[in-house]
Formats: sequence, structure tokens, C-alpha cells
Amino acid sequence: MKLDRREVVKELLTERRDLLVVAGLGACAWDITAAGDTPLNFPLWGAMGGATMVGLGLALAQPKRPVLVITGDGEMLMSMSSLATIAAQRPENLAIVVLDNEQYGETGHQATHTAMGADLPAIARGCGFRKASAITKMSALPALRRAIHGKDGLQFASIKITPADYPKVLPPRDGAWLKHRMRVALLGERAHE
Amino acid sequence: MATAKHWSGEIHALLRAWRADLVSYVPDAGHANLIDLCRADRATRTVPLATEEEGVALATGAWLGGTRHVMLMQSSGVGNCVNMFAMLKTCQVPFLTLVTMRGDFGEFHPWQMPMGQGTPGAFALMDFVVLRADRAEDVVPAVEAGLKFSFNSYNRVAVLLGQRLLGAKDFRKVRE
Repeated sequence: MKLDRREVVKELLTERRDLLVVAGLGACAWDITAAGDTPLNFPLWGAMGGATMVGLGLALAQPKRPVLVITGDGEMLMSMSSLATIAAQRPENLAIVVLDNEQYGETGHQATHTAMGADLPAIARGCGFRKASAITKMSALPALRRAIHGKDGLQFASIKITPADYPKVLPPRDGAWLKHRMRVALLGERAHE
Repeated sequence: MATAKHWSGEIHALLRAWRADLVSYVPDAGHANLIDLCRADRATRTVPLATEEEGVALATGAWLGGTRHVMLMQSSGVGNCVNMFAMLKTCQVPFLTLVTMRGDFGEFHPWQMPMGQGTPGAFALMDFVVLRADRAEDVVPAVEAGLKFSFNSYNRVAVLLGQRLLGAKDFRKVRE
């Protein structure tokens, strides 16, 4: 069953406390912002193919905090090699969730490779992820959320979503400011050294 | 094996002194000694990359979380990074990469020439400060200047380690 992206993200970010979130460009950035903008969000407005590795850098730098990357199938397809790089590091506090609508939503709904046979959880497993799941029911999300928030080991989840477009809920778009606000939230005065 | 006298040992000591705790790399023969030193050092987290642009995004995440990152790559990888470099510029993320040159002084390999000769221009596209070392005695000053330009002055910086320094080796001979 295909799920609703805004409901999925809202559930994953419920009671998020110290969770750090990186969102891939486009609809995922609007989704995390719809759930509530905070300094602990780093929504990308560009850098397509960079979301998972930003997540790895953050997870290695902040090992006590859980880090969640939420990105789309198109963005994930552009950085598939990063799954091998990340699995080799195996950070306990990193999770990657792909919201897979099988299309490039921002550019005119062209089909992505996941509509043509690419199986992202299988790719993640093949790259060395021990936990890689395909989520098809909302009822599976609370357990996923608890595992992510609880830093229960490196994991990957793909969630098939309906291709519905939602009103854009835009985060701030000044990248330098987004960077500063997260650094200040995490590092305090040390952000300015 | 690397020795303390080799310039790679001096770079490693500088990275430690500057608390560059995260080092990513796509291997190159010219970086082999430094990669070995970083991997043997428990204070340094090393991340082998599958492709160079991964290291650019890694640097951004690390900086968000308060960790200094340095990327090691060969000049042929620089072209892979250009689009991702835009994130460093937009978000004003300090960045240092040490680049071992191919397609440079004495090169024998025609397929290395275009990206080697294009490397300074590729960095110029994203307003990098580009420093260069062609002799062993130039390495420490260039890397130290690179560390200052990146982590003190918040620039994007590349230090090019030229083939006069590395030697233009026969391709069958991986390490000296």
C-alpha cells in the first residue's frame, strides 16, 4: 500500500527531542518543514545527491544524537554509491528513509528507476546495510520511529508513497543561515570559534 | 612504509595539530602513505569514498556537527565534485582538499591530461583558494596555509601536490 508522505513524516518526527534531520531537496524539505521547522533541521534546497553523505558527516560528528535523512527516490538514485560508503562506516545513530513515489515530482512527474525495477532496500542490503526494509503500512511506522530515535543501529527504509503534491511549506532558504542555526544549536559558543 | 621524514608524515602531524579528525579519501598512489598514517591513527576517523563528491557532502555534515574534515583525492576526481562544491559556497562551509596531481609535469598518460590541466579551472569555478607544492619543502607551508585559509578564514581551499613532488611514475609501479 502506498502511504501519504506528510503523514509518514509527521509520524517519524513525533516526539523527536534531540533528533537531527537532513532532508533531500524538494518535497522532502517541504515535508519536514510542514512537521515543524527547527534549528535541528537541515533542509537542502539543492546539492542533489548529497543528503545521505551530509547525514553521515553529521552522524559521525554528533555520535550521541540520532540522525535521520529523509529523501526522495530521485535524490537517492543519484547517490547510490553513498550507501556502500555509509555501510562501511556503520554509524549506530544514522537512519536513511526514502520516500519513494517513483517519480521526479519537482520536474514534471517523470518516472524514476524505482518505477522500472530498481529495488532500493535490496540495493541497501547489497551495500552492507543489515537493516533495510520496505515499509507498506502506517502501523509499521511507530516501531521504525522508536528504532531511529533510539539509535538502534544503522538502518535504511524505503516507503512507497502516493505521488500527491502538497502545498509547499518552505523552510528558510539561506544555506549559510541554516548552517549557522544548526551549529549554534549543537555547539553553542563553539559554533563561532 | 611512510617515515616521519616523508612529507606525508608532516601533513599527518599538521592534520592532528589542527584537529582535523575526519579524513575522507578516494585513493591515489601519491596519497598512499598519508592514507596509511591516517588509518593507523586512532584519533582520526577515515572514510573511504566511492566517488569524490561524497566527500564534499560529508564535509558539510561534519561541519554542521562541529568536526573538521579534510579530503584526499587525485586531480581526476576534482571534476566529479564541481556541482557539489556549490553547497560549500551557498552554505559557507570551510573545506580543505589535498589533491595529488596527474596530467601535470612529466605525465606520460594521455587520458590524465584533460582533467589534470583542467583542475585549477574547475576549482576556480567555485571560488576556491588554490595553493600548490612542487617541492618537498613547499608541502608543509602550503598545507598549513590551507588549514588556516579553510578553518580560520572559512574558505574553500585546494592544495595541489604536483608531479614534480610526486614523480611521474611508470603506471606499473604503484608505490615507491
